[in-house]
Amino acid sequence: MIPQTFEYTAPKTLDEAMALLASGGKPLAGGMSLIPMMKLRLATPEHLVDLGRIKDLDYIREAAGELHIGATTTHYSVESSALVRGKCPLLSAAAGAIGDPQIRNVGTMGGSVAHADPAADYPAALQALEAKIVIRGAKGERTVSAADFFVDAFTTSLESGEVVREVVVPVEQAGTGTSYLKMPQPASGFAIVGVAVRVQRSGGKITLARIGVTGLSNIGYRAWAAEKALEGSAGSADDITKAAALVAQGIDANSDLHASADYRRHLASVYAARAITAAASKA
Amino acid sequence: MATTIIQTEKLVGKRIRRREDPRLITGTATYVDDMQMPGMHHAAIVRSPHAAAKIRSISIKAAAEAPGVVAVFTGKDTEKVGPVPCGASLPGLRVPHHYILAIDRVYLVGHPVAVVVATDRYLARDAADLVEVDWEVLPAVADPEKAIAPGAPPVHPQWPDNVAFVYNQEGGDVDKAFAEAEVIVKQRITSQRLIPSAMETRGVLAEWRGADRQMTLYTSTQVPHLVRTLVAGMLGLEENRMRVVAPEVGGGFGSKLNIYPEEALMGFVSMKIGKPVKWIESRRENFLCTIHGRGHVDYFEVAAKKDGTILGIKLKLIQDQGAYHQLLGPAIPTLSVLMMPGLYRTKNIRAEVIGVFTNCTPTDAYRGAGRPEATHGIERMVDILADELGIDPAEIRLKNFVHNEEFPFPTATGLTYDSGDYAAPLQKAMGIVDYTKLRAEQAAARKQGKLMGIGICTYGEICGFGPSPATPAGGWECGTVRVEPSGKVTLLTGSCHHGQGEETTFAQLAADELGVDIDDILVLRGDTAIVPYGIGTFGSRATAIGGTALYYAMQDLKVKMKKFGAIMLDSHDVSYANGQVVCNKMGKSVSFKEIAAASYRAMKLPPNTEPGLVSTHFWEPPNFTFGFGAHIAVTEIDPETGQITVRRYLAVDDCGNIINPLIVDGQVHGGVAQGMGQALWEQAVYDDNGQLVTGEYTDYTMPRAHMMPWIESQHTTTPSPVNPLGVKGVGEAGTIGASPSLVNSVVDALSHLGVRHIDMPLTPEKIWKLVAGGKN
Ligand SMILES: Cc1cc2nc3c(=O)[nH]c(=O)nc-3n(C[C@H](O)[C@H](O)[C@H](O)COP(=O)(O)OP(=O)(O)OC[C@H]3O[C@@H](n4cnc5c(N)ncnc54)[C@H](O)[C@@H]3O)c2cc1C
Repeated sequence: MIPQTFEYTAPKTLDEAMALLASGGKPLAGGMSLIPMMKLRLATPEHLVDLGRIKDLDYIREAAGELHIGATTTHYSVESSALVRGKCPLLSAAAGAIGDPQIRNVGTMGGSVAHADPAADYPAALQALEAKIVIRGAKGERTVSAADFFVDAFTTSLESGEVVREVVVPVEQAGTGTSYLKMPQPASGFAIVGVAVRVQRSGGKITLARIGVTGLSNIGYRAWAAEKALEGSAGSADDITKAAALVAQGIDANSDLHASADYRRHLASVYAARAITAAASKA
Repeated sequence: MATTIIQTEKLVGKRIRRREDPRLITGTATYVDDMQMPGMHHAAIVRSPHAAAKIRSISIKAAAEAPGVVAVFTGKDTEKVGPVPCGASLPGLRVPHHYILAIDRVYLVGHPVAVVVATDRYLARDAADLVEVDWEVLPAVADPEKAIAPGAPPVHPQWPDNVAFVYNQEGGDVDKAFAEAEVIVKQRITSQRLIPSAMETRGVLAEWRGADRQMTLYTSTQVPHLVRTLVAGMLGLEENRMRVVAPEVGGGFGSKLNIYPEEALMGFVSMKIGKPVKWIESRRENFLCTIHGRGHVDYFEVAAKKDGTILGIKLKLIQDQGAYHQLLGPAIPTLSVLMMPGLYRTKNIRAEVIGVFTNCTPTDAYRGAGRPEATHGIERMVDILADELGIDPAEIRLKNFVHNEEFPFPTATGLTYDSGDYAAPLQKAMGIVDYTKLRAEQAAARKQGKLMGIGICTYGEICGFGPSPATPAGGWECGTVRVEPSGKVTLLTGSCHHGQGEETTFAQLAADELGVDIDDILVLRGDTAIVPYGIGTFGSRATAIGGTALYYAMQDLKVKMKKFGAIMLDSHDVSYANGQVVCNKMGKSVSFKEIAAASYRAMKLPPNTEPGLVSTHFWEPPNFTFGFGAHIAVTEIDPETGQITVRRYLAVDDCGNIINPLIVDGQVHGGVAQGMGQALWEQAVYDDNGQLVTGEYTDYTMPRAHMMPWIESQHTTTPSPVNPLGVKGVGEAGTIGASPSLVNSVVDALSHLGVRHIDMPLTPEKIWKLVAGGKN
């Protein structure tokens, strides 16, 4: 690969990195999205600031009923962590569905959310988990909800010079069931459609439903109408089919070589029904 | 002198691990890109972003002044270099002059227009971006059927109809067959364009030594000798002043059975700058500038009797040639015509082939080269006929096969099938999968609304290309056996294998034939300064022809060994066995090593005895060989999503005698993976402007290990009478058998919904639409 000439710095601390980014540097994490674009010269950054050597960005911690996942934590770490598997299985399922082992060994949580690929897997799970993104900037830190973080395809609410420091997800409560199911685009592995579902059940009723959908449109979004239809229902097969039929409501579906808009919309409801059924069976 | 007889264990037929693998697996092999030379420069090529455009002007000033740049050349500089050759000849073939750099017009995206030469690869690439071309963009056409429709933009203005050639072939009495038919089935069947995707992209390193008047060209090719003859000609260089070396070649699949502009271009540059220069193709360039495969639209018609007897076949074949003819491009669809009858007895065949220019990458030989397309067509048609008549697909095949007593069997297309037992692999495959039980299972599944399919393909493969009259550049092969003074054995072969395993199989052959230790044998290939001459590795020919050439060279060598042995034993009654020459009367013997040493030391040779132990044989095959087989694919379909699961894949191939079953299995596995790639995933897609939409692996679905089912590989063995080894060939069998069996299987799963045919690739969306449509 022969990209355009660039400078490369690998700071050891986040503070050093912030200074370099303030003067126009571009963050480099796993490079699994950035480097292919540099190869094609679609991205031509002048200065790469490698976040990979910063030790205190690579962690998975539990605190106060939440899991904190550092920005440079690899997909493989999220997938295989006993903590995530035990306390937030939906997130490890999404991580395990990303690309292939090589990608998962190198790609990172922070890089994936910052890149905001409309077919990435994490956004669906983060929406269903009502996750928070902790952002570090020159002036300090701010926290935004996943719903506010993803703005458009490849566009987030990150301002220039800001980085994702960590992602925060709630520890799964008793009575919760989750599932992430995707149809991969066969060439890239990205989601043609991916549906993340989190449901809680009590007294024979679905009391909470959160459904995140990726691949279908410009961003990973929450399927509000489907959630509403499910909540309060008994979660029968019929209830599920009806709710699943609403996941693509009002969505301007993507269309490309691999799937037309109609097919994607259809798949969204099929995968939603399957994911809801799987999640409800665990709740 | 010893008297013991060593009984060497036979190696032919053994699953010996490939001797070439350690260096390949550990990444220590030497490819073109691994080669460094003092003073070596690097080239980057400026290519057209448009599929059709006039070049108003090119400005190289900024590039020429960029850091590290030593030269920039455009089409004006290279105009006198000979055209990229087309080796195929057909009556009325239109051959556009294929300059190595465009002169004033480009015909496809990726068309080379300039070359930038710099001291460093990165600097060359940066400077390439500084070459400015003033384009006048023209309308393009990327679809062969649209290209021959009235009003299409002409690819080459001198031929406004975009027809590159028309080729007709007929055998028997087709009109009579169709007049007498009780049933006629027709279908349009496509074989989509594919990107060969060798793991190693192309690369060329040219080193010109002016004082010696000697060019050495290192190039990743399947055919080094042909490159030497033809590229020397393009450069106006005497053939013996050029040496071509194919170092380790990381796969070809036909895509390196060619002569490319960059081979002559690097030679040209090196002569101009007086320094070695290297060019390595990027993957993007590989997608655009190395040949593609397939690209057929076929209109088939089959005439039959009600009992399923096939009476005749008609085919109108539209071949997408792309913008130029590469080496064998126009010949490839003629191979499809030859293979049209498949394994069936029918003697009435009519084919009309139309080669069409489009503003796309040229098509040429890709694993199977014309035979997968033909087999896909005929095997689909047989299934369609079976469906029409309500006959089981296995039964209709068994009914129409050439009978065992009919071999050698002359076909309607002028071939003579050498030997065969066509029912054997099908019956074996049906037994292994328990066909009857599978059909019962399918019937039960259907009742529960499940979609399950069983697909059969019985294929024939023209292997061992081929007798010289049937091949554009000679169809023989050259083999040399050289016994070194120390007794080590060096085999030189013109078969330029590039991953197929002949370093192992040829050594097995020689170990048995000469009775020497396999570790004493070295197989060399791929260097015109080492190997006397060679045709190359393609068309499932290396073992059948290259192996046979070595076999005859070894027979000759053994005669020489006996001659020396007789002198050493002072006896006229000697024989050669197990690596020694034995005096039949006395039982005394001289060893291989002793003979080798004596033949070179030449101390006590009688007058007029030629010293040395080298034998070379050029072997011309009397015929092709014809492999065959039966593949069965069992699939299941998710009716909600259209996703296909291959539940079982069985290949029963007959490739004649087997030298190394492990290597044969590997060839079958790889071939099936490629055929499955075509059936299910791969397609080169162009938009209407001639831009390649699937220009990266993010959109071009290469099959990967995790997508593969378990592939069962079994065999029947029918030796070929064409060569003394009894071998046929297996390099392309898997690719040929896979796509029809898979598509037949999926169509079978949907046949009760009225589905008769689906064009490849079988994307889930296509299947979903058929399932949804069928239900309505
Ligand atoms: C073949 C292939 C298949 C893939 N399949 C999938 C798939 O199935 N599902 C899926 O979800 N993804 C897939 N990916 C993408 C993969 O998950 C990437 O790892 C991910 O999108 C980017 O993470 P990264 O760490 O590699 O980031 P990089 O490529 O290093 O960076 C991506 C972008 O984010 C910026 N960035 C990185 N870190 C930060 C940070 N902490 N704060 C702010 N900005 C930052 C960079 O500047 C850059 O713009 C695939 C990638 C490839 C190459």
